[in-house]
Amino acid sequence: MANTYKTIVKDGLWNNNGVFSMLLGMCPAMAMTTSATNGFGMGLATAVVMAASSLLVALFRKLITPEVRIPVYILIVAAMVTLVDLAMNAWMHELYKVLGLFIPLIVSNCLPLARLEAFAAKQPVLPSLLDGLFMGLGFTIALTAIGAVREITGNGTLFADASLLLGPAFKAIELRLLPADMGVLMMILPPGGFLVTGLLVVVKRLLDLRAGKEIQMGGAHSVA
Amino acid sequence: MRDFILMMIGAALVNNVILARFLGLCSFMGVTTRIDTAAGMGLATTFVITVSSMADWAVQHWLLDAYGLGYLRTVTFILVIASAVQFTELTIKKVSPELFQMLGIYLPLITTNCAVLGVALLLVEGHMSFIAATLFAFASSVGYSLVMVIFAGLRERLALAQVPRLFAGPPLGFIVASLLAMAFMGFSGIATN
Repeated sequence: MANTYKTIVKDGLWNNNGVFSMLLGMCPAMAMTTSATNGFGMGLATAVVMAASSLLVALFRKLITPEVRIPVYILIVAAMVTLVDLAMNAWMHELYKVLGLFIPLIVSNCLPLARLEAFAAKQPVLPSLLDGLFMGLGFTIALTAIGAVREITGNGTLFADASLLLGPAFKAIELRLLPADMGVLMMILPPGGFLVTGLLVVVKRLLDLRAGKEIQMGGAHSVA
Repeated sequence: MRDFILMMIGAALVNNVILARFLGLCSFMGVTTRIDTAAGMGLATTFVITVSSMADWAVQHWLLDAYGLGYLRTVTFILVIASAVQFTELTIKKVSPELFQMLGIYLPLITTNCAVLGVALLLVEGHMSFIAATLFAFASSVGYSLVMVIFAGLRERLALAQVPRLFAGPPLGFIVASLLAMAFMGFSGIATN
């Protein structure tokens, strides 16, 4: 059993990473990664929604009739998103203002729905919770990575404004790596989002190839 | 009148749904392998975005605002969108069975297209009038369809090219999309919105 849990964690964080392997949840992965801090915040919000909705779906999986399962899943995710939305508005208002539109849009993010359909609908409660959580954390890692590359190349900073958005404790991780005038503005603008995501998918394929693993050529677009 | 035209150009080209706002990327990557499916998807999505945005506007103003239920917005909108998709499916089936045959499998997927929910949320947060909101939704979805068709055209050519194995498929798609986004940035300055 411990082995299964290890696989779930590994799959979520790296092997089956939501963004770089399955190519799901691309919209926030590009829109909210103008800085590493934004990516990190967006990823964590999604992870909370995914863990909570996986838990709920796994709890009620025997009561949900297969014919109406998709609307039920969407409503469960929507309810969780509303909770996260209100909580962030109350306690992390600065971050909430930056992420804005993309918090409610977690509802139509393909990744939570894909995991509910593929995993939580069939598995017991604990594995489902772990799967939701670690898929969400893998998503967070991916978004932070994309954000970090875009921020360093575009602005020369890393985790700028982290103390403002996440809390004063994060002051220490704010870094300036390059002088302010060395940034390539394009990396922060929309084209940079597509470019960095594309290149990071290639980097993941390269690392997988080095490690002697199969590389995944397509995405999981049949899901959404 | 001039304001409306500028707003529509802004919504369709300058702040393009896909290339500037990053909405609807799943369908952008998923169904753009052929021009005709991309065009069909664009058409169906245009219809759904316009209809559901009008419905969402009405729900927001006459139901949620009127009774102070703002916190239910996400849940209500996704229900309205799901119903609009169902309605679209029924209408197309009745009016044009050929089009229904062509779009068949893509129709239900529009519910999880974040461009639909995204446009609805944008126009509610922009505090637009009903006419402005409808035009905004229509123009945004026309911009969406335009980019879908352009990208499908590029990918049809790309499918025939010899590319390094590591870049094959989605990564190269993203890099091409990046160039396309750069081209669309040329529109900025025409209209702001």
